[in-house]
Parts: sequence; C-alpha cells; structure tokens
Amino acid sequence: MTDKVNESRRNLLIATSVVGAVGVGFAAVPFLKSWLPSERAKSAGEPVTANISKLEIGQKLQVMWRGQPIFIVLRDKKLLDTLTGLKDRLKDPESEESIQPDYAKNLPRSKKEGLLVMVGICTHLGCSPKTYSEIVPQAFDADWKGGFYCPCHGSTFDISGRVFKGSPAGTNMVIPPYIFVDDDNLIIGVDSLEGGA
Amino acid sequence: MGKAVNSSNSSSGLMGWIDARLPVTKAYKEHLSEYYAPNNFNFWYFFGSLSLLVLVNQLLTGVWLTMHYKPDAEQAFGLVEYIMRDVPWGWLIRYLHTTGASAFFIVIYMHMFRGLMYGSYKKPRELVWLLGMFIYLALMAEAFMGYVLPWGNMSFWGAKVITQLFGVIPYIGDGLLEWIRGDYNISDATLNRFFALHVVALPIVLLLLVVLHILALHTVGSNNPDGIEIKKNKDENGIPKDGIPFHPYYTVKDIFGVGIFLLLFMFIVFVKPDMGGLFLEHDNFNIADPGSTPEHIKPVWYFTPFFAILKVVPNPLWGMIAMFSAIIMLFVLPWLDRSEVKSIRYRLLPFKIALFSFVFSFIALGYLGMIGWGDTEKLVARILTGVYFAYFAFLFFYSKNEKHKPIPERLTH
Amino acid sequence: MKNLTLIIILFMSANLFASGGGAHLESAQTNIRSNDSLVNGAKLYMNYCSGCHSLQYQRYSRMAADLGLSKDEVTENLIFTGAKFSSHMTKTMDNAQVKEKGWFNNAFPKDLTLVAKSRGNDWLFTYLKSFYKDSSKSTGWNNTLFPDVSMPNVLWELQGIQQASFEEHEDEHGIVSHTFTGFENITEGKLSHDEFDTAVRDIVNFLAYTAEPAQLIRLAYAPWVLLFLVVFTFLAFMLKKNYFKDIH
Repeated sequence: MTDKVNESRRNLLIATSVVGAVGVGFAAVPFLKSWLPSERAKSAGEPVTANISKLEIGQKLQVMWRGQPIFIVLRDKKLLDTLTGLKDRLKDPESEESIQPDYAKNLPRSKKEGLLVMVGICTHLGCSPKTYSEIVPQAFDADWKGGFYCPCHGSTFDISGRVFKGSPAGTNMVIPPYIFVDDDNLIIGVDSLEGGA
Repeated sequence: MGKAVNSSNSSSGLMGWIDARLPVTKAYKEHLSEYYAPNNFNFWYFFGSLSLLVLVNQLLTGVWLTMHYKPDAEQAFGLVEYIMRDVPWGWLIRYLHTTGASAFFIVIYMHMFRGLMYGSYKKPRELVWLLGMFIYLALMAEAFMGYVLPWGNMSFWGAKVITQLFGVIPYIGDGLLEWIRGDYNISDATLNRFFALHVVALPIVLLLLVVLHILALHTVGSNNPDGIEIKKNKDENGIPKDGIPFHPYYTVKDIFGVGIFLLLFMFIVFVKPDMGGLFLEHDNFNIADPGSTPEHIKPVWYFTPFFAILKVVPNPLWGMIAMFSAIIMLFVLPWLDRSEVKSIRYRLLPFKIALFSFVFSFIALGYLGMIGWGDTEKLVARILTGVYFAYFAFLFFYSKNEKHKPIPERLTH
Repeated sequence: MKNLTLIIILFMSANLFASGGGAHLESAQTNIRSNDSLVNGAKLYMNYCSGCHSLQYQRYSRMAADLGLSKDEVTENLIFTGAKFSSHMTKTMDNAQVKEKGWFNNAFPKDLTLVAKSRGNDWLFTYLKSFYKDSSKSTGWNNTLFPDVSMPNVLWELQGIQQASFEEHEDEHGIVSHTFTGFENITEGKLSHDEFDTAVRDIVNFLAYTAEPAQLIRLAYAPWVLLFLVVFTFLAFMLKKNYFKDIH
C-alpha cells in the first residue's frame, strides 16, 4: 500500500467520521428537546389569577402556578415593622443572592408593601414551609417575629421570605413575577399585561 | 492495512486489565476485525446490517414514545395527537417509529429473499435461518401489537379480526378469545397487555434472538452470492483466501449502505410519512369505535400476503391453518431443498422460474390483500396461493436430483 | 432486482388505492405552503364551521404561530368562545343542546381536527360543494357525495342554492335507480363559481393543516436533511471505494 492511498484514506476517514458525528449530533437534538415542557404543560403553566378581596391580616391564600404553591400573605404595619430589625439574623437581608423581580427587591419584597406574593417552596430541598404569621414564641424560635418554618429540615424565614442564619436553606424564598389587574385581583406569572413571564 | 484496526497488545494497560476480566478484545476480533467474510458481497448483503440499524431506531424511538404515551383506552388516541403536536419534536420521533416499522419489514423481506436466492438457509446454516424465522415471527407479533396502541379505528378492528382467528379453534376457541382479549371485546385490558408485550416482553425476545442469529452466523460463517464455502480454501495462517475481515471492509461498505438507506428512509419520514395511506392508514385517524366498522378492514401492507391467503379459504379454521402454514413452510425450507448447490447462479432455469413465481405470488397476494375483492380478484388470489405453496412442493421434488452448472472452486465477482 | 422494482412501483401507486370509495372526487388542489390560503381558510372555518365543529387537538396559539397571526388578531377576530389563547379550539355549541333541540337528526357534529387525514382533501372539497336543496330532508339539504347527510349546507350564502338533477333508470326487474347528472344554481351566492371554489379550497387547506400542524416544519426541514445525507453518503461511498482498492 502506498503512502498516497494511506493519506487519502485517512482524509476520507476523518471527513466521513466528522460528518457522521455531526449527523448523530443533529439526530440527538429532537430526543433531548422532547424532554422540555410540552405545549400542554406550557398551557397549564400559564399565569394564574388570584382574588385577594377576602384576605385578612396574617392570613395566607394559596394558589397553584406551574405546579407550585404560591403564598399570598397580607401583612399589616406591625408585621412589616419586624422586618427592619432582623438584618443581623439573616443570611441575605438585601436579597442580593436571591431570586425576585426587580420591583420586589426591597425590604417588604413586594410590589404593594403589605401584600407578599411568594413561591411557597423552601430553597433548601423544595419542601413547602408552614406559615406562622403571629408574633409569638415558637418551639423552633423563642424570639419569633412571624414568618415561615420548613418542617423538613427546620429552615426559618421571616415574614418577607428572607432566610434566617442557621437554616439549611441558603437563599430567600423566590418571588414570582406578578401584576395587579385592579385592587382585588392579581395575575401571577407575568411582569406586564403584554408578554409572558 | 487499515489504521482503524488497532490490534493492541491486549496483555497490558487498561485494555489488558479489562480483557483479563471481560473478553472485549477477543469478541472484537471474533466478530469484527478477524471475522472473515467472503469478499464478493453484493447489494443484497446490505440488509443484514440495515435490519440492525432499524432495530436500534425502533428501540430508541420506542423508548421515547413511551415517555409520552399511556396505554389507556380513554386517552391513547388523544395522546398520539399530543405527541404529534404538543411534545417538542414528538412528531419526528413518532414518524421515525411508524416509518421504521414498515422499513423493518422491507429490509427483512429483502434479507429473506437474499437467503432464498443464494441458498443461505442450506446446510450448515439451518440454525441461522431458523433463528431468523423466529425473529420474523416475533417481529410480526411486535408489529401487530404496536399497531393497536394508537387506538384508531383500524387498530381496533385489526386487533379484533386477528384475535378472532383464535376464536375459530374448535372447543377452546371462545375461551381462548376471552383470555387473549381480557374482556368480551377488544378493550382497555387488551390495549394494556399489548402495550406490555410490545414495549417489554417482545423486544427482549427480539434482542435475544438477534444475538443468537448473529452468533450462529459467526460460527458457520457468512454465505455469499456464489454459495461456496470460503472456509474450504484457507492460506497457511488458516485465513480463508477469499475472505476479508469484516472490519474495516464491510463496516465501511455498510456505512455507505446506511447512507443510501437513510436517504430513502428520511425522504419518507419528512416528505410522505403516511405513504398515501400505506404506512399510516386513513381509517386510523378516527378513534377506535366498536360500533362502526371501517369500509374494508385490512392489515398494514406487510401482513397483506398472509391476509390474502386467509381470505382465499372460505372456512375460517382452514383459512387460519392455510395462513400459518404459509409461514411454517419457510421454517422447514432447509430440509425441503435437497440440492447440492446453494446459489441461484449455478442453478438452472426451472429453479429461477419457480423462485420468481414464488416472489411474484407473494407480492401480488400482498397487493390483493389490500383491496376489496370481486370474483376476478378471488380467482387470482386462489391461483397465487396455489403458486405460493407449489414452490415448496416443487423445490422438494426438483431438488432431489437437481442438475446444475459447474460450481467454481473460488469466489467470482 | 425485479422484485425491488415491483415494490417501488407498488409504493408509487400507493395513492391509487388509498382513499377508496367509488364516487368521483374533484381534485382539491390545495397548497399547504400558501399562507394566504391557510389564513383565509382559518377565517372561513371560524365563521362557518366552528360553531358546531370542534378542533379538539388544535390550539389557537399553535395556529397563530404557524399562520403568522398575532395573539391579538386571534383573540379579537377568531376566538368566539372566550377561550384561553393556548387552549384547544372547542366549539360554541354543546352536544346537550343538540340533543335537546333535536338538531341534525340527533347526530353530533364530528370533531374535524383529523378529518383531512381520515377522509382526504379531495373528498372534503367535493363534499362541501355537493350540497343541494332537498325539501324531503329535515334540514332541507342533501348531498350527492354523502346521501342523507345530517349536516345542512352552511356555505349556501356564499355558494347560492343548488338543485341536483338525476336521471331515472329502470332495469328489467323494475327496480328504479337514480344517476346524478349535474347541479344547477337556483339562486346566486355572494361568490362567483371560481371564488367559491377558492373559498372551499382554503377551508380544506386549513383542515389539512390542522390534521398535521407539524407538516409545515417537516417539509421545511426535508431538503436540508436530505442534502446532508447526500453529502454523508457521498463521503461514505468514496471511503468504501478507497478500502476496496485493496481487494479488487
């Protein structure tokens, strides 16, 4: 066998292998993409509306959005006042590391000061925390100022979903995008009336 | 020779470590780099590796389809549409699977025809042929049950008619029928068990049979268009003089075959996936309805030759026996053909005419099995059924003292 | 090779025996790539068909994306039920209403998502054009392609009212049969004959689309996939040729 044959054979081998590998790569795309949420899931995961006209102070309203519980909690001035003094006890008091829309990156972590709208999922391993909105000593915290307690691994959050030091959870609970249609109705899952989330 | 064959010294390094525990290098040599195949394979020898390719396609797309499908009579039909519309790229995965089913049979029929032409079923390859026939049987069961899953009206009535065949068996028929269906009609229970068999049980059987088929083949060695045993002419190293290592020569050649095949296959998948009603039938776009029978019930094209034979016989029990005999005859072929030559190349005109008539009858019966019958079609189907069975009788008697052309010592090209 | 040729011929003639049925069908001559036709078909469908017939597997949002319509266009002009944009195209009328009022001889209007696949485009095209006035029927309409059909001619305003003429035959046993000989218009419709054909063609085209929305993307990808495979096969062929130089 001559070197020339060897060289053209090697070139052809490389060319065929490369084109073949590209082909396999293309062929893999449909299989991988078919795992993404389907149109049915997207339709089911569309923004949901919630009516808050009957919500009372400290009470939690729960709606489901994309298969996750959304906590809607009405806070009065007394509850909001607890937020200011907690800075030293929190992991991320300014919500720098946490997920929320820009309009909720503030002290009450909300659009309207009194109304908390939050994904009710612990940022540790995904359990849904319980709401303890009264300012009374609790078994897990003698100096409880109202907030959320995760029964799975004992993470504690204040009444705006900020995580306390000593919790296994690392960041504050997530605030979803939402808008107010009017005083009593809000849509969860969108930033504006036009586009999607 | 090729750089691709890197016959590494398998006693050291990582490969050595593995080889001491699992004979990877040994298997690689036995089945690829030192499996000597005749050097004169032609077009007809593409279909073995192609059927393996289609099998892989069916397994892969099949697994992916089960991720979105539920064998529930209430939901199945809608879920197929869900896959076609809502699942990202679901339409492509399903079309690869449905077109793959038809492609599987095209490839297998070509593969079997090759065997008939070149006498690949004859001694010493009887087991290769038998295992292949079992693969064909398993494939038919697999395809039939898969066809029920979309729960269209043709799925339903096809399943009904085919299971009804078991009902004609004397004494046990009625009980057997209820046992197979798990209800008094084709129902959710039937769909559920067919799903289990289609996606779990039969694929395992198929894979096992394919492995055995290849092991048997590699024990006796491949036949070739000349029908001569290359193992009779070995060089001083014990390598057949007319043999070439399967890898790289036939891997490279088969990759070219794969390219041609994929061109045709993808053309169908992307341009004409229902093949004008042949691969995906019109009536199957209506949901299963026990109260409305399609105008004429017919199986998918790959079953129609046998369906025609079933229809030829007026008595249902004998019809079923005729249909199953048509398949069983192929099993005993190695013992029917008593000729000392294998390949059509060295057999004389009577054999060629017989084989051609046989193939023609099979294809023509396949066509007749798809259309409605008048008196003419019925008569033609009867004659063709006769031709089909006559082939085996003819072969048995003719091959006893068959004259043939002189057989060369070495392979020709 | 002979049986290979036969198989190929068999496949090419697949359409011949595909849809069956003895009646003569007019060729619909739809063009799935014509977006104008699809959009017009969608509008006609929503106005004339969607009241009674659902498209239970088709989403408004998918239709909008595939036909290049905006969310607003669809929600304002095409959704009459107040349904969500991403929901399926269900009908206005419910089956209970049909039953209560005894409409259409109690036959529930069929879902039409897949009708173009199960009936075929030509059948639909011919069917929609074959309604004629028949006062003996409760709906006042009959159809030459689908005798005694329960559906009235919803397109009569566009088409005008047709009358069908039949020829009477009597065989030697005295059995009378009728052969359809042709239509004539009793009243003129809003559309001319050709305009009506186009309208029907567009509706059929839209239904052909809903039967398989993926065909748009499928056909768009087809040339690229095949082109890629041609390149690959050519390389594989050259490689195979190179290797087999060793042997021959």
